[in-house]
Formats: sequence, C-alpha cells, structure tokens
Amino acid sequence: MTTSVEIKNLDLSFGSVEVLQNLNLDIGQGEFLVLLGSSGCGKSTLLNCIAGLLDVTAGQIHINGTNVTWAEPSERGIGMVFQSYALYPQMTVEGNLTFGLRNAKMPKDKIAKRVKRAAEILQIEPLLKRKPAALSGGQRQRVAIGRALVRDVDVFLFDEPLSNLDAKLRADLRVEIKRLHHSLGNTMIYVTHDQVEAMTLADRIAIMKGGEIIQLATPHEIYNRPVNKYVADFIGSPSMNFLQGDIQANYFNVGDLRIPLSGYDYVNDMPPEGAAIIGIRPEHVVTDELAANAPFQIEVEIDLVEPTGSDTLIDVVVAGHHFRARMDGQARVALGDKLTIGIDPSKASLFDQSSELRL
Amino acid sequence: MADNQLAAAISGPKAVLQGPQGPKPRKSLSRRNIMLYGTLLVVTIYYAIPLYVMIVTSLKGMPEVRMGNIFAPPLEITFEPWVKAWAEACTGLNCSGLSGYFWNSVRITIPSVILSIAIASVNGYALANWKFKGADVFFTILIFGAFIPYQVMLYPLVIMLREIGLYGSLSGLVLVHSVFGMPILTLLFRNYFTSLPEELFKAARVDGAGFWGVYFRVLMPMSLPIFTVAMILQVTGIWNDFLFGVVYTAPDAYPMTVALNNIVNTTQGVKEYNVNMAATILTALVPLTIYFVSGKLFVRGIAAGAVKG
Repeated sequence: MTTSVEIKNLDLSFGSVEVLQNLNLDIGQGEFLVLLGSSGCGKSTLLNCIAGLLDVTAGQIHINGTNVTWAEPSERGIGMVFQSYALYPQMTVEGNLTFGLRNAKMPKDKIAKRVKRAAEILQIEPLLKRKPAALSGGQRQRVAIGRALVRDVDVFLFDEPLSNLDAKLRADLRVEIKRLHHSLGNTMIYVTHDQVEAMTLADRIAIMKGGEIIQLATPHEIYNRPVNKYVADFIGSPSMNFLQGDIQANYFNVGDLRIPLSGYDYVNDMPPEGAAIIGIRPEHVVTDELAANAPFQIEVEIDLVEPTGSDTLIDVVVAGHHFRARMDGQARVALGDKLTIGIDPSKASLFDQSSELRL
Repeated sequence: MADNQLAAAISGPKAVLQGPQGPKPRKSLSRRNIMLYGTLLVVTIYYAIPLYVMIVTSLKGMPEVRMGNIFAPPLEITFEPWVKAWAEACTGLNCSGLSGYFWNSVRITIPSVILSIAIASVNGYALANWKFKGADVFFTILIFGAFIPYQVMLYPLVIMLREIGLYGSLSGLVLVHSVFGMPILTLLFRNYFTSLPEELFKAARVDGAGFWGVYFRVLMPMSLPIFTVAMILQVTGIWNDFLFGVVYTAPDAYPMTVALNNIVNTTQGVKEYNVNMAATILTALVPLTIYFVSGKLFVRGIAAGAVKG
C-alpha cells in the first residue's frame, strides 16, 4: 500500500497554546481513516492543517509524495466537506458544484461532464437548478459531497459531515459514504466524535486526546484491545465496566471475588502482579445457560432494567460496584430478580492502576 | 349555525365539541392598550408637529405668514416659496437659489459613499477573514479613530489638503468624508463578515478562490443588508454634514447644507419664513427619501451587523 497522506512531526500552536504536538501519521492510498475524539482533542485542527486552512507551526505534510506544507488549499488535491455544508447560498446547486472548476478556468464542456457524473453518483440531478435554501439537510450534504467529487481529487476530507442531520438520515448517509468510498477508492479522512460512524466507516481509527494520537488501529483492534483505559471507556456503548482490584498469580481479586485470568492475552509475556483495573464490556457478559460454561460466574440481583428493543440492559451490583450487562431483548427480567452472570476473562481488558495502560 | 352547535354542545353529552373552548380573550380597550397607544400617539404628535408647521408655512404667502397663525393651514396654497428657494433665493451676493448647491452635494455624496464603502468593506473583510499579524492592534487603532473629536483634526487636515493641493475643492471634501467614515464602517463590515459562517470562507478557499474571489463572488453577494446599512449611514451622514463642508470647500463648492444656512441667516431685508421652510425641506428631502425607501432593510442590516463584537 503506497502512502497517500504523510504527516511528519506536525506542531500547531495558537500563541502559547499547543494544540498539536509532534504528530506523525501515515495514511495509505485508498484508505478510510477516521479521526475520533471528544471535542477539543485537536481532530478538526489536524484536518484543517491537512486542508491547508491553518498554517502549521512546524513539521511537514505530504500528499501523494509532494510536500504541500505551504501550498494553497486548492493546490493540494483535496476536497472538503463541512459540518454546516457551507454551500454558497446565492448560487444554484450547479453553481456550487462548478465554483471550484470555474476558478481553475476549466473548459465548459469538461465542467459539464464532471457535474453530470457527480450528479449521477449522488442522485442530485433534479436539484441542479435549485438554490441551497430550497434543499433539505440531507440533500445539502449530498451537494457538499458533490462539490468535493467534481474536483476529482485524490483525498477527501470530511469534517463531521453528518453531525447536523437527524438520526435516521445520518445512518442512511453513512451507508452512502461507505458505498462512495468503495466505488471511488479515494483516500478519505473523516473527523467525527460519533463512535458508531467511526467503527462502521473506518479502515483504521485514530483516537485523539489532547492533540495526540493515542491509538491508531483497525476498529476491531480498538474495540477488543484498547491501549489504555481512556480508549476502552470512549469506545463502546454502553460503556465498559471497570472494577479496581489487584492481580495475584493469574487471578484478579476484587473484594471477595477471585476472577481467573487464564486465557487472557497479556501485552508482555510475563503476567504482571499488583494493583490493576479490569474492564468488561456489557455485551461480553453472558447469562442463562451460557453463563454456566463461563470461566467465572457470579449470582447477582437486578438493580435496574433498561429495555431498548433489540437488547435489554441490566444494572447489577458486583463487588459493591454498579455493573452493566447486556441481555437479549426478548429476556423477561424484572427488578429484584436474581440471576447468574458469566464473564470470560479472555474478552476482558486489564489496565495498570496508575498508568492506566493495557497489561 | 354556530349557535346551534353551541347549544348542542351545552345541552347533550352526545354532542361533539369542536374548536377552542371558552370565551375568546378580549383584545380591545384594556387599560394596558390605552396607555400603550396613548403614549405612542403623544410621541407621534410631538415629532410630527414641527414637520407639519414647516410644510404648512412653506405653502403660505408672506402676508399670511405675518398673521402669525403658525398651526393654521394655508388659506391660499402657493408654491412660490419652493420655486424661490430652489432657483432665486440669495446666499450672500449670489441669488440662484439652492439648485446649484444641490448638485454640489450630489457630487460630494456619491463619490464619498462609493469610495468609503468600497474601502471599508474590504478592510472589514480582511480583518474578519484574513487574520494577519497585528490585525487586532490595527483594528483597535482604527476604532479609536471613531472616538477622536473632529475638531481636533480640523486644522491639521486643512494643512494636509493644502499641501496636496486639494484644499477648497470637491475632491478634497470627498477624501475627508471617506477617511472619517472609515472607523465606523470598517467596524460594521468586520462584524458582519465575522458573523457569517467561517466554513463558507474555508470552502471557497478549498475551491480555489483567492482574496478577491472570495470577496466578490462569495461574501459580497450575501451581504446586501450590510451594504444597505452602510449606504444609508453614509448618504445621510455626508448629505447632512455642515462642518466639513464649510471648512474644506470654497463658496462655489459649498454643499447644500451650508447654502441653506446662508439663505436662512441672511440678515438684510425681510425674513422670508416660507422660503426658509421650503429650502429646509428641500435639503432634508434626500435623507428622508432614503429612510422611507429602505427603512426595513436598514433595521434588518443593523440587527445583523452590529450585535457581535
């Protein structure tokens, strides 16, 4: 896989505030990379740096092997889609699509061809003569994607493109973006704070916090082997259960409970000892007959029931802590019911108590 | 029909109730409304009476004016004072009325308005979207200019204009008006452009539009309200200006306001109140028309541009 976008030792500061510090990132040709993080983590800033809309303080940005650190945004071979669509209100849809091409002094017949193709791909042909004000949110975002599409660029940048849409439309357009990526094969860099978008779209996810990338891996890896407690907590909904205790002789002790850790895949070959945190995802907790076969079982009383239709979430108490578990949506449970839950430690995550890094 | 339904609704439990229930709230003469409209009426009269007196007086002949009934409508309507004010009234030795000075004012106002808005809008755009080093300091200094009393700068400007050879000419006055309009107009435009979504500017940059491309093709077409506000401010401000007009121009190039003053303050002969009134209304006609024509746009633009700092 050849490199499409390469970021080397990137620094960005606003006055004395350092937003990005010594950031390195290689993005492969045709890769779908998602920058994920809570607000203020620097993910949009990084995207703006790649687009050339912010001047970097130090470091370099290469796109397709060319150093574009100081190039104009329009000369970088990028197209960008914004959260607020940013359509030019006084121009028609066609005017919006062709604005960049007209600026580049492209011949008219070529422009017409490009617009036709983009409009076909995005199914916005009937809208071409309308003004943005006469479009719905989903249509507007389609036009915004089209504006990047007509420029025939190598790299697409998305800055939270679906955040202004309602839940249903967001899910629909998410699928369309994924299809678009499959059919075009462009490199796409996508900023979001929505973990579902990140998990469903990404080839790789870069989780950012405080201007640094703390984990860069496939969605599968990030979900199953988070590098630290922050990532573990951030990814997954409902979020992971954490219990504090200590590891002794391949057992995790919390209160009176002794959870066997055989089958857990440690980062180091030597199993560690001492104070630690165990993280267990609610969906990895098993009940009923499955619980009987689990390496660790415990009888609990149901404290709270949250039915969501497809799943039912239950709140129980384990070793004096609230603990959430996911059950099948058809399960008939009520407050105060007693049941046995099973935990498979090979699916759990262990973190060091003080550094919070994965063990 | 309605009575029947109401009767049915009241009489039987089987009847279906339709529409809003209960007595409709009364809107007419409540104590609150009397206070409200009463106050508005008093204020309206307060502002309308001087205008009424002016119009009525300007339509009377001198004998009727001398009778002293300033609120009485004219017994015999005459347009003579208007004609005289426009074409014959004397300002000092020159007796050609206001007409020549009207055109002076037009020749001062139009270029000043265009020049000041053109420069200030680009200023505001640059300050809002192309943050250069020291932009904030520059902006602060510019705004500070709005608070310096004009009197401080009167004499230095006379010398400056004399040195560049524009003293006493219309172009000199145009230059002065453009410069003095700069702080407030730049503030107006900067705030308006700052309130537009930043992503629009970014999108245009990605689409390859440069400094002027973004300005002319993206931002300017969206900025009609603020351009209207700036135009109204400048037209009325410059048209009504007296001080700069009297200081920086020679008698031939006096704007209409200065000529009006000269007509009204002529001390020899009879005070022709009707001609004075007509001349005053003529002078005020341009700003008045502007307000009536574009009042709505003005309010909208002010609300859009002035709120955010």
